[in-house]
Amino acid sequence: MNTKVTPALVPYDDAVARYEPTLGLEVHVELGTASKMFCGCPTAFGAPANTQVCPVCLALPGSLPVVNATAVESTIRMGLALNCTIVENCRFARKNYFYPDMPKDYQISQYDEPIAIDGYLDVEVPTSDGVETVRVEIERVHMEEDTGKLTHTGGATGRIHGADYSLVDYNRAGIPLVEIVTKIVPGTGALAPEVGKAYVSQLRDLMRSLGVSDVRMEQGSLRCDANVSLAPPDGPLGTRSETKNVNSLRSVERALRYEIRRQAAVLDAGEKVKQETRHFNEDDGSTSPGRSKEEAEDYRYFPEPDLMPVSAQPEWVEELRATLPELPAAHRKRLQSEWGISDFDMQSVINAGALELVEATVAAGVSQAAARKWWMGELAREANDRGVGLSELPVTIDHIVRVEDLISSGALNDKLARKVFEGILAGEGDADEVVAGRKLELVSDDGALLAAIDEAIANMPEVVAKIQSGKQQAAGAIIGAVMKATKGQADAGRVRALLLERLPAEG
Amino acid sequence: MADLTREQVAHLAQLARLDLSPDELDHYNEQLNVILAAVAQVGEVAARDVPATSHPIVMTNVFRPDEVRPGLSREDALSGAPAAQDDRFRVPRILEEEPS
Amino acid sequence: MTADITRLSAATLAAELAGKQMSSVEATQACLDRIAEVDPQLHAFLYVDAEGALATAASVDRRRDAGEELPALAGVPIALKDVMAMRGVPTTVGSKILENWRPPYDATVVSRLREVGLPVLGKTNMDEFAMGSSTEYSAYGPTRNPWDHDRIPGGSGGGSAAAVAGFEAPLAIGTDTGGSIRQPAAVTGTVGVKPTYGAVSRYGLVALASSLDQAGPCARSVMDAALLHEVIAGHDPRDSTSLPGPVPDVVKAARTADVRGLKVGLVKELNGPGYQAGVRQRFSEVVELLTALGADVREVSCPNFTYALGAYYLILPSEASSNLARFDGMRYGIRLGDDGEANVEEVMARTREGGFGPEVKRRIMLGTYALSSGYYDEFYGQAQKVRTLVQRDFAAAFADCDVLISPTCPTTAFPIGEKVDDPLAMYLNDIATIPVNLAGNGALSMPIGLAPEDGLPVGLQVIAPPRLDDRLYNVGAAVEAALEDRWGHPLIEEAPQ
Ligand SMILES: [Zn+2]
Repeated sequence: MNTKVTPALVPYDDAVARYEPTLGLEVHVELGTASKMFCGCPTAFGAPANTQVCPVCLALPGSLPVVNATAVESTIRMGLALNCTIVENCRFARKNYFYPDMPKDYQISQYDEPIAIDGYLDVEVPTSDGVETVRVEIERVHMEEDTGKLTHTGGATGRIHGADYSLVDYNRAGIPLVEIVTKIVPGTGALAPEVGKAYVSQLRDLMRSLGVSDVRMEQGSLRCDANVSLAPPDGPLGTRSETKNVNSLRSVERALRYEIRRQAAVLDAGEKVKQETRHFNEDDGSTSPGRSKEEAEDYRYFPEPDLMPVSAQPEWVEELRATLPELPAAHRKRLQSEWGISDFDMQSVINAGALELVEATVAAGVSQAAARKWWMGELAREANDRGVGLSELPVTIDHIVRVEDLISSGALNDKLARKVFEGILAGEGDADEVVAGRKLELVSDDGALLAAIDEAIANMPEVVAKIQSGKQQAAGAIIGAVMKATKGQADAGRVRALLLERLPAEG
Repeated sequence: MADLTREQVAHLAQLARLDLSPDELDHYNEQLNVILAAVAQVGEVAARDVPATSHPIVMTNVFRPDEVRPGLSREDALSGAPAAQDDRFRVPRILEEEPS
Repeated sequence: MTADITRLSAATLAAELAGKQMSSVEATQACLDRIAEVDPQLHAFLYVDAEGALATAASVDRRRDAGEELPALAGVPIALKDVMAMRGVPTTVGSKILENWRPPYDATVVSRLREVGLPVLGKTNMDEFAMGSSTEYSAYGPTRNPWDHDRIPGGSGGGSAAAVAGFEAPLAIGTDTGGSIRQPAAVTGTVGVKPTYGAVSRYGLVALASSLDQAGPCARSVMDAALLHEVIAGHDPRDSTSLPGPVPDVVKAARTADVRGLKVGLVKELNGPGYQAGVRQRFSEVVELLTALGADVREVSCPNFTYALGAYYLILPSEASSNLARFDGMRYGIRLGDDGEANVEEVMARTREGGFGPEVKRRIMLGTYALSSGYYDEFYGQAQKVRTLVQRDFAAAFADCDVLISPTCPTTAFPIGEKVDDPLAMYLNDIATIPVNLAGNGALSMPIGLAPEDGLPVGLQVIAPPRLDDRLYNVGAAVEAALEDRWGHPLIEEAPQ
């Protein structure tokens, strides 16, 4: 049995004060094509074991791969969205290694000729004082195929250690995978874990907007390997560790943070960081070493003789470029300018995870200011208290549209509207039901208002005199008194109008 | 070109997943060196500016449409399995996860 | 009666079936009887599927009786090299590692045979994973040459060639990676064609070297080979290397058989002192014959062919080492050493150690080395460049010639056991056939007489430019007709019974 040794950790702030982290991220995206990369088997998630297989993806002797056209197009579109150069001629290669989840005992991948190279993604990283944009450079985007799924059986835990044997389901084998590899990301300092998280998050948004993948980290359709190394300021690059299969956004941040603290401890002790693969433990946020290898695996890459080269002619690439939707960054820029709001306000909307809701609410006819006010105010607070996402609250865009209608028709004011939302959140029904149930309708009967106005006029002769001398701004005192008398259920605008009618300026 | 050592041959056998006996290692060591000496003649050709040919007849963009086609029934899929359990291929224990 | 049927050509058989002078069941049964009679000695077959073959034959007969219009070869029995996957029929590739494996699917070639209705008599013996030139590397024992049972029938497709030469089947399917159709044809006095790479689908052909493998026909006459070529060739979307476009009219070319005015190149590097005297003698007689038939024969030089053998024995093992990785005892085939203690890595290594024979292991080791980091450029990379040079040599030669010719192999059939422990000597058998596989062109081998010194068949190789496989049949049929005119009968009839 292996006993787990928890290494010493350096407090994070100390670690990044003494060492400069350099990041590298490798993300695998499972494409959402109907069929697999090299055969016609379906790609649905969760099908019964070994029911989505054929001679090709089981690697039966004699079977041959044929490339899925949509997978190539999706990869080119991903490359374009990441500002890459699409390589005009590229090939598939075989990566040879034996493993029971890899039916051919080689993976068809791309090696020295990836389809897209040299791109970047501008990542907006939230910081304590606003937003910092970090350009993460992309080294390559290449196509490959997924492996089958292993279940480790026997033994005590169902984990690989101590298992007596394993069971293999090849449904996933051959599903198209696209690997996106960054260049090293230097100079992020203490922000490194946040940069890693923001990169994966924004990459995910990008893939989703392209419609190439459902990018569900919990189902493994987006998987991340997070690499980091430390070096003293102005020193040469350190040795990196590669933490494999970090499969949630939060885990990316945690894994990087842990590795920075661990490596700092190693360096502080005057030792060398080992170049190794590490596994991330969700439970405690730590990483642990994988099997250490005496030498680098020799994958014996060579051009896949069963497949022909891919030629991405410029006309084809341009056709594909024309199919790109507005990408998240451009989309955000456009909305910001349409709404005419500051960078800070825009980032607040993004940070609150409210962008999509605000956008949809505006699209439903509500002003951007009102949409932001509701989603970012009461509702954001409520979501935060409940520990849920905004979209999980019982308040819908339709509710906001109705409340705004009631406000503009004079049936509600802001104060009452808040109470309406309170009611909706409490499950008292839709806006109209809450208004009726809580009797929140504004007093719209002029007679009742005039009675209250007359009473106020009688009580405040000095104010009346000011108004009559032309100082209309003095009307506020009387309006306030009327609102108080009607318990807030009066339309302040109407009260003002009636009051000014009652007391026309003299002279 | 230097001859292959016995250690190199053993490493190759490990890479190729061949559990060669010590006698076989010696035997292949000798034979591989003879064969390699013969095929090394390809190195005599001055071919620095010659492109490599990986396919005898090259075509490009040979793709299939992204359409689902019928595959194998599970019975057929598992029909050749040396061991199967719970509709899956049963394989001996795995030492540790290989990085992929 | 039965004996007569087995000696008929496929073309004649097809005509008699079409004219209902004979049923497919009769023809198939005749072959099965012949197999039962001679195969215990020849060992051309690894598996005989009497039931399946007769069922196909009966179905063809029924369709014909119902007045259905059937393709030419409907009902003509055929033997299948054991390298082709056939649903439900054992497919071993001559290896112990696939003992008893019954594929759950059909190779495209098999689908085409089924569509046309050729009863498949069974699976023929071969060198394990098609690695060899003698069929001695079969895990199931050697096949014998019908001309002399102490000699090899060539390889890797010795079983298919021997089945055809031994009158067990009028036709057979072979595969050719470096000469595995042509060399067996040459040493058994039969006709074998390696079509242009991509002409016949490789889907379901258990891969040896993907960029070199090509299936093709084995027969006793050029016309029979053409008829079979027509059935199996054509584009297949399941093979990315399959050629699109129409198949050249090879049957018409075999009927044309006219070499007048044809420019024929004699490849200088594929003849000479390394070749057996009787082989050279028969070859030079054919050169004279071609001239007499009106062809314009000239010598051409392909200097880089000298390096072809070296390039081939780097490219083939490299691709093979990867193609054969899947035989790991996890999904199909045998599994060895799974004692409950051994881990997966050990079981894979034990399975492969015990399941593969010596030549397969030798080539896997060689290929693993040639691809390994640090040696790739020196070996695999350089071999791929030589491949380009070989293609250029062919292109230059075809700029002046319509076809090229050479002896198919340097010697006639050698005795069983002579080269089995000498890989290099074995490899030299393929010296004249290998350049074609590297470049991808089509080539044919046909009998041109017996070597005076040993009385064994000598083969002529005809090579055409890529995709122009019809030229092979035109030249082959012309030479065949002239020789049979001279001999008074096909050469194969001189084979001892
Ligand atoms: Zn499949």
